[in-house]
Formats: sequence, C-alpha cells, structure tokens
Amino acid sequence: MSGAVPPRVGVVTFPGSLDDRDALRAVEQMGGEAVPLWHADRDLRAVDAVILPGGFSYGDYLRCGAIARFAPVMEPVVAFAERGGPVLGICNGFQILCEAGLLPGAMIRNRSLRFVCRDVWLRVETAQSCLTGDLTPGETIEIPIKHGEGQWIATAEQLGDVEAQGLVVFRYASRTGIVDDVSNPNGATNNVAGIRNPAGNVVGLMPHPEHAVDPDVGPTGGQPLFASLLHVAMAGVTG
Amino acid sequence: MSSEELALHRQLGLTDGELAQIEATLGRGPNGTELAMYSVMWSEHCSYKSSKIHLRTLPTAGPAVLVGPGQDAGAVDVGDGIAVVFKIESHSHPSAIEPYQGAATGVGGIVRDIVSMGARPVALLDPLLFGPLAEERNRWLFAGVIAGIGGYGNCIGVPTVGGEIRFADAHTADPTVNVMCVGIADAADLITAQSRTAQAGSLMVLYGATTGRDGIGGVSVLASATLEDGAEGSRPSVQIGDPFAEKLLIEASLELVAGGSLEGLQDLGGAGITCAVSESATRAGMGASLDLDAVPLREPGMVPFEILTSESQERMLAIVHPSKLDEVRSVCGRWGLTTAVIGELTPGGTLTVRSGGAVVAEVAASSLADEGPVYDRPAEPPTRSVVSGEDPTFVPFEKDLTEAVLTVLTAPNVASKRWAFEQYDRVVQGNTIAGPDSDAAIVRVAGTLKGLAVSTDSKSRFGRLDPFLGAVHAVAESARNVAVTGATPIAITNCLNFGNPERPEVMWELTESIRGIRDACLAFETPVTGGNVSLYNESGGSAIWPTPVIGMLGLLEDYRLRVPSSFPRPGLAIYLVGETFAELGGSEFAEAVLGVVAGKPPALDLSRERGLHRFLIAAAGGAVLASAHDCGDGGLVIALLEAAIGGGHGFAVALAGDLPSHVALFSESASRAVVSVDPGDEEALVRLAAEHGVPVARLGETGGPRALVEGLVDVPVDELRDAWETAIPRLLGET
Repeated sequence: MSGAVPPRVGVVTFPGSLDDRDALRAVEQMGGEAVPLWHADRDLRAVDAVILPGGFSYGDYLRCGAIARFAPVMEPVVAFAERGGPVLGICNGFQILCEAGLLPGAMIRNRSLRFVCRDVWLRVETAQSCLTGDLTPGETIEIPIKHGEGQWIATAEQLGDVEAQGLVVFRYASRTGIVDDVSNPNGATNNVAGIRNPAGNVVGLMPHPEHAVDPDVGPTGGQPLFASLLHVAMAGVTG
Repeated sequence: MSSEELALHRQLGLTDGELAQIEATLGRGPNGTELAMYSVMWSEHCSYKSSKIHLRTLPTAGPAVLVGPGQDAGAVDVGDGIAVVFKIESHSHPSAIEPYQGAATGVGGIVRDIVSMGARPVALLDPLLFGPLAEERNRWLFAGVIAGIGGYGNCIGVPTVGGEIRFADAHTADPTVNVMCVGIADAADLITAQSRTAQAGSLMVLYGATTGRDGIGGVSVLASATLEDGAEGSRPSVQIGDPFAEKLLIEASLELVAGGSLEGLQDLGGAGITCAVSESATRAGMGASLDLDAVPLREPGMVPFEILTSESQERMLAIVHPSKLDEVRSVCGRWGLTTAVIGELTPGGTLTVRSGGAVVAEVAASSLADEGPVYDRPAEPPTRSVVSGEDPTFVPFEKDLTEAVLTVLTAPNVASKRWAFEQYDRVVQGNTIAGPDSDAAIVRVAGTLKGLAVSTDSKSRFGRLDPFLGAVHAVAESARNVAVTGATPIAITNCLNFGNPERPEVMWELTESIRGIRDACLAFETPVTGGNVSLYNESGGSAIWPTPVIGMLGLLEDYRLRVPSSFPRPGLAIYLVGETFAELGGSEFAEAVLGVVAGKPPALDLSRERGLHRFLIAAAGGAVLASAHDCGDGGLVIALLEAAIGGGHGFAVALAGDLPSHVALFSESASRAVVSVDPGDEEALVRLAAEHGVPVARLGETGGPRALVEGLVDVPVDELRDAWETAIPRLLGET
C-alpha cells in the first residue's frame, strides 16, 4: 500500500457502541484511513469498507442488535453490502448483521450463562471472504472474545446451507486447529465463530480482531484479518 | 416539638442531638422536607462524622498531587500535562441486600465521580471480600456481585483490570464490595472548585436519567446503619442501574468538558439532588434556588422529599453559564439525553427549594454540605481472647508438606480467581498491558509510553490481629505490587470498611488502621488523595474484620520495561529478595492448614520495605529482571508456584537457613519478592541489591515440568495448575 492513497474504512458509532474507538485505531495501525460514522447519519462518507463495532447498541435491552438494524445509517450500509462493498460486523456488529438479514442465524446467551472474556484460537475455514483473503484455510489465529450472548445458532435448514456453501469463516479450535467442545467458549453450533455471505463481502464474527493487532496489549491474530480487509478495500479504491 | 416529629427524625436516622444542632442552625424547627435533607447529608456516608477528625491526620500533600481529598476524586500529575484521577468507593450495604444491582450501581457511581472531574474512565478494579463459599448464601452473593460488576462495567466500555477477591467468616453477613476507578484527563481540563468559577445566575442543569422513587434513603437507611434481620425489607432502598444510560452520560459529559461548556460538574449519587445542589453551591461560595417542578420525574405523585433524596442512577448536574445552555442542550440531545434547568446559583448562601410555587425548604447550603456533626467517638482496644491465642509460628508441624502446599494453593484466598475475572471485559479501550493476573494491573496512557500500575490490597486477617499492623501491611503490599512491575508508587486512595463506630472496639480498630496508613504513606511518600469510609458493616453485634482497602497508583515512564510476575522461560536464575523470618501469625498456612487465625502478624520495617521498592524499580529500569512477584499470602512457596503456573515453567530450588521447613515455605514475612534473571544479569542484580542494602539469595533455576523444592516439595506444574484453577469452580459446584 506504500505510496498509494490508503483505503477509507468507516466505523459506525451507535449509542452504546464500546469498541468503536478501538476499531478506528486498529484500522489506522494497519495502514488504513479510519473514518468515524454516526448512527443517525444516512451517509457513509465515501468509505471503501464499513465496520460495525462491538458494544451494546441501544443497550441491547430488546435483543442484541435488534434496534440498531433500524438506525438510519443501516440503510446505506445494506445498500453498500448489496453492491459488494466489504462490511465487517464484530460481536454486537455481527448480531446487527444477523438482525438485518445480511447473515444467517442468530446469537443467544453463552452456554455457561455468563459473560466470558478470554483469548481464543480460531481455525480459518475459507479464504473466500473479505477478512481472510490473505490467509490459508486450516491456519489458526489467536484473538480475544468478550461477550455474554455469543452462542451462534441457526435453523436446521440455515445450518445445512451454511455448511454446504462453505459460509463458515472461523471456528473455535485448539491452538493446533482441532475443533472440539473444549475449545468452544460459548456453545456455538458447530463451533462457529464467524460467517460470511455467499459473495464473501459481508463477514460477521464474535471475536474481536481490533483487540488483536497491537502486540503490547494482547495477541496479534487480528493483523492478517485487517490486512485482508484493507486489501479488498484497496481493490475497491483502485478498481 | 411534638413527640410525632421526634419520631420522624429518628426514623430518618438522626439523633436527638443532631436535631438540636439543626434547630440551632436554622434558628427554628425544620419542616419534614428539610429534616429529610439533613438526614441524608448528615448521614455517616455523606458527612464522615465519625471518621473526619481521624482522616485529617493522613498525609495528603505531595509534589504530584493536583487534587486532594474532599472533591469527587483525587488527581495527580503524571507529567506531560496528563492528570490521573482516581478514587475508591464502597457499595457493600446494597450488595448485601441485592448483590447484582448493588455491585452494578457501585460501578456506575464511581465512574460518574471520575467523569465529574472531567476525566475519561480508563480502568476499574473491584476489591471484594465474602464469607466462605461453603455457604449457599455466600455463593449467591459472590456470583451476583461478580455478575453485577461485569453486567455494568462491560456495557460502559471501561475495562475491569483487577481487584483482589478474599474470603473470611466475618464477612458472611456483610460482604465487602469496593470499587476503584481510574481516569485520565488533560490537566488543563480538570474540573475542580478551583479551576472553574461559577457565578450567580449560572444555571443548574440536570441531565441523564429521570428521577424516580428508587434508592430513597440509600445513604441514611442502608449505608449508615447495620443490617439486621429483615434487611430484605430495605430492598427498595437499593438503586437500579442502567449502564446504557451511563455510557451515554459519559460520552456527553466528556464532550461538554472538552467543549468548555461547563462551569462545574457533579454526579448524583448518595443523597441525590440534595447533595449535588448543596455541594455545588457551597463550592462556588453561593446559594441556590431550586425548582422541583422542573425535575423530570419517572412517576407521578412524587413529593418534595422524595425528589430531593432519590438516588436514581445515571444523572449529572452541570453548572452552566446561560450563554452556554444551547450548547449543552445540543450535545445532550445528540446523545439522546434529556436536560432540565432545575435552578440557578444565587448570591448569599441560602438554598431555597420550591415546589408548586411554594417554598418547601430554606436552609444554608453549606450547613448541609460542610457543617454536619463531627464526633470524636470513644475508642478502646478489645478484650477479646483471639489475639492471645497460641502463635502458629511456634506450633510444631509434622504432617505431609506436599499436602499442606496443595491445601494452601487451593485455599480460596490463594486459588485462581479466573472464574470471576473472565466475566469482566479487561480489553476494551485497547490499553490493558497487564490485567487481573498481574500483581498490579497496567494500563497504558493512550498515545504515550506511560503506564499506570494499579493495585488494590487489604490485609484484614492481619488487621483482625493487629489493626495498625494490618493497615501498614496493606499499604506496603499495594506499593510492592506496583513496584514489582517496575512502577513507582505515587499516591493512594483508600476505602475504610469497618463495623459500628459507636462501639469503642470498632472505633479503636478504625483509628489504629488510620494510624497505620498514615505511617506507611509518610514512609513511602504516597499521599492520600481521597477515599471513602464504609461503617456499620456488622450484624448481630459481630463486625467485619477491620478492612482498610488501599488503592495504589504507580507510574511506569515506559510501559515496555514492565516486569511480568511469572517465569517467562527456562534457564533463569531465581532469587529471593528480602529475608524470611519465623512469622506464621495470621498467615494463610495458619488459617488453611491449622484452622486458626491467631498470633502476631509479621513485623514490617518501613525503611526496609522502601528499600525493596527502590531496588525493584531500579532493576526494572535497567532491564535486569525477567520476572518479579510479590511474596504475599502463602509465603515463598506460593510465590514460586504462582510464578511457575503463570509462566508454564517449572523450577528447582533449595532453601538454605535453619528455619523449620514449613516455616521457611509458608512464613509471610514482609518486604520480599521472588525474581528471576538471565544468568548474564546475575552480577548486575547482586550489585544493585548491595547498592540498595537489600539482601538477595540465589534459590535455584527455572525449567522443567516440575515444581521442586529440594527435599520438601516435588509436584508437576500441570497438576498444580489444575488444582489452583479448579478450586473456586469446585467450591461453586461446577466441576
């Protein structure tokens, strides 16, 4: 990306967003131009990619992400996604994408019924997504999770489609890539930690890659994910 | 004065003498509304009437101190124009009644204290003491408090990075729930009575949540009296938290501060509007005119005293020049918060409260805020026998040492608290360099190399046996926990948790503890910038152990030089810094293995302790140390095992000297740390130690899968880790 104009990556702040500043900082650290977006504006400020960050939008009092999907900003976000623009939903952002119908399934309370914050290992399942283009399936990366409602579930039909079409992007796994129950921190169906739409431009995941780019404060598994996202966004800029 | 009115003041928690003082202040009898206002402001919780004269003996000045005690929070200068604002508070009484909401609203309250100084909250720590987990009610309290801390803290985007968790019989009826918050501000933006000049005609703008009937009398009914049978009936006095509203309140408030829109800012917590309005006016040297009809209410039919004393959460009071009102409304509106002009500052010192056009209260604002009663209560040492029980140091021990090591390692005070800490978001804001697993949490000051090292500590088991020494140990351990990371201790905040001060024995514990804090803070040059006093923590005449909780703030100029507490790799030389004496009085070994809390707590020489801190800081600054870990509960052997478990590397050491084996392993002598160094750095370590007059002894090396103390202990580290990590879940019936 040296010499080129860095891609503009927007991060939406909803009332109750918590990791919006962290996502903005991660974008900057990885060489992108971070662009704050506001929930009440129907304006994406000409960004090349959109991140819906973690948090508790609108307090999540009804159902996680259920109100945020009706925010004015979501109209252009959905249109952007339908045009093939890269859209990443992290944690609460993932829940919003599911509520908005951009991704299948839903999140319910963790199997333990408790909030859980810990570093976990993820196995990359596909390189066919805006977040994993730089990675190889089977690779493992370490990223923190922090959520109380992160157990991904789907109807039998949805699950069949998701698996048949290879829409799972990440599964909770051991450091060596073994997908088992011990590695599953929240009881997610089939250890699903993140999924994509069939086109691969929309990805949601429960773990927080924005908290895994700075080696001083934690693991670095988020670096290749942001690098991939910026490459895709860059292609949008130049192409 | 009719007998009916006398009953009212007593119902509100005021004494006959206090009523007389109110009458003398007013020059007449108070009406019911006024009485309610005095009852909350003159409560123990708000007025510090039993502790004030003793708190005045604490050292509060120092070159780094920007704001000392008496404001919403203390503040220190950490260089480069950065102010660190910090304070600790108690929410023990509400948590004993309703653990989830009690703990949650405690978090909300301390966060607003920090915000009201104009600082962004960057870290929370929760020091907690419960009764033993063998009892079902204690498990309910423990699980509820942890969930409440997480449920609130995780929703407001402030990381919870630490706080010790301990267990003791004496805290069964009255758990101790404290919470500390640290914030960062531009020193120039600090909102203090000195930095902002409010003037007559400035508006009082209430913003945030509406005012309801929750938490009425929280400070007077709940926090300033003992909880006896039927305390569940006090549940309506517990406030209900809404962290989403708090998050909006934080963002809106900090935007207002940054925009220079405010002349003053105060949070609404204990004693609600009465406290915020009277304190704001008093600080400005003025009075105020307050119109209760302008307060947005949650429910109809609320009468003046309810509006004045409601402790509904997530509200702030801003002092705003009329020319800035539109700005304030616009920022609050953007964050979806309602604003209401509820009054204005007036010349003179009178606070006039109107409702329905009529004056319902008229009192001197300062008489509420500053001129409450002050008591010099009698203090007498207890005559109890526990102190004179046989000192465990001198009881021969001939049982299996490995079994004893496992018993201490899995004792609830020592065992891993991961079950609790995993329920806290420790990573949000992206500046957590070290979290709850570290001796001190370390939070980076964003955009700089500075790191804030923070530790909360209490030594109430020592305090039970000798409250002076217990307090000295608490300050020393908090400073040591900061120093082992390489940080320099700067200042403390403290929360004094005690029983009923009307009992001379409790008052003695309080004054002895304050004396201990004073001596230690003078020796370490760590002034007290504020804190909180939580009294009446007792039930049925049985008080909690004297529990001063110290919140120590330290500074690392370069966080990249911070020293971890665990062994990072094999092949390192292990040293003990400091000396081990025969001191098992009040130790974890005595409680967990022998089943006694008795004897004389370890001695503590303040200048030796200071020497240890200076040595650790110098060694860290010179990048000599690979790890450093405080020797605390469980003594040397537990410090070694924790460093091994955390790092995943075993060790082989030999203990020299002629102490009995169990004393050498478990003695809790003060002023010690276990460090590891690369073999190439050993010479530098020994030289630095000599320069600082600190004794060091080479114990052995790191490496291998086993924890080996020659001739005494030999267990695989994996086995130890499993026992240590599963102890708490096992007590909760989960494994």
